[in-house]
Amino acid sequence: MLTLSTQLNTYLVIGAVLFGFGIFGLVRRPSLIGMLIAVELVLSGASINFMAFNRFLAPDPTVGQIITLFIMAIAAAEAAISLSIVIAVYRNYKSIEVEDLVELKG
Amino acid sequence: METKVIFYILAAAIFGASVLAVSCRQAVHAALYFIVSLLGLAGLFFLLGAPLLAALEVILYAGAIMMLLLFVIMMLHTDRRDRELYRPPFWTVPVLLSLLCGAALVMLLARWPQAAELLPSAFFSPGQFGQVLFSRYWLAVELVSLLLFVALVGALYFGGREIKAARLQPGEGGDS
Repeated sequence: MLTLSTQLNTYLVIGAVLFGFGIFGLVRRPSLIGMLIAVELVLSGASINFMAFNRFLAPDPTVGQIITLFIMAIAAAEAAISLSIVIAVYRNYKSIEVEDLVELKG
Repeated sequence: METKVIFYILAAAIFGASVLAVSCRQAVHAALYFIVSLLGLAGLFFLLGAPLLAALEVILYAGAIMMLLLFVIMMLHTDRRDRELYRPPFWTVPVLLSLLCGAALVMLLARWPQAAELLPSAFFSPGQFGQVLFSRYWLAVELVSLLLFVALVGALYFGGREIKAARLQPGEGGDS
């Protein structure tokens, strides 16, 4: 039980649980901001997976860390774009609740 | 031994903060709990041998991205509808099913025989990291910078179009 921190499986479980929390929030959140936070949780789970595989299994130990860095950059771009979309939606609808955005009949 | 204790504390903090980040009703509280989760994640990265990534996680992710998100949350009044997020008859069955899947995943991974020891060479100092990043992965760095530029242009497009429309019709939409 005390050797959990030196096993790959533990980190994979942490990443999977973060991914699951993210998907859960993505489904259940009523507002666009909450869904954005849930997407960031999904990205965190993915980066934990990359870091763990990099630490335990990779023959070239640089790749996982660099991919994690790029995940961070992509998350920055995604947050900027989606926050500007949220602001544009709020200007048009005066709301960012998902249930109010039904003009496309989705 | 101390590393293990730190690992358990970090894992518990990440779990608790993530649960609260997806279940908190107010968006500001959810964002703050997600920042706590990111700080725990940065500690985990440090334990996994990436001090530069841990620092970047705090500076970039928790510092820049989440502050942007908090600014937007505070700018828009989002907590208008005060309703129940999780009604019990809806989420009992999904939670039970996902607990089942999680238990199966843990059992499956616990039976996996390999990968029980750390690789010795996996620690990276920031200097080595930067050298590898800018020598071997320069093309990816350029592509990411292009992506960030495109994101900047897209954000300006979404913001500036509304400003132009508001200027054409000065009577309407001046409050946003």
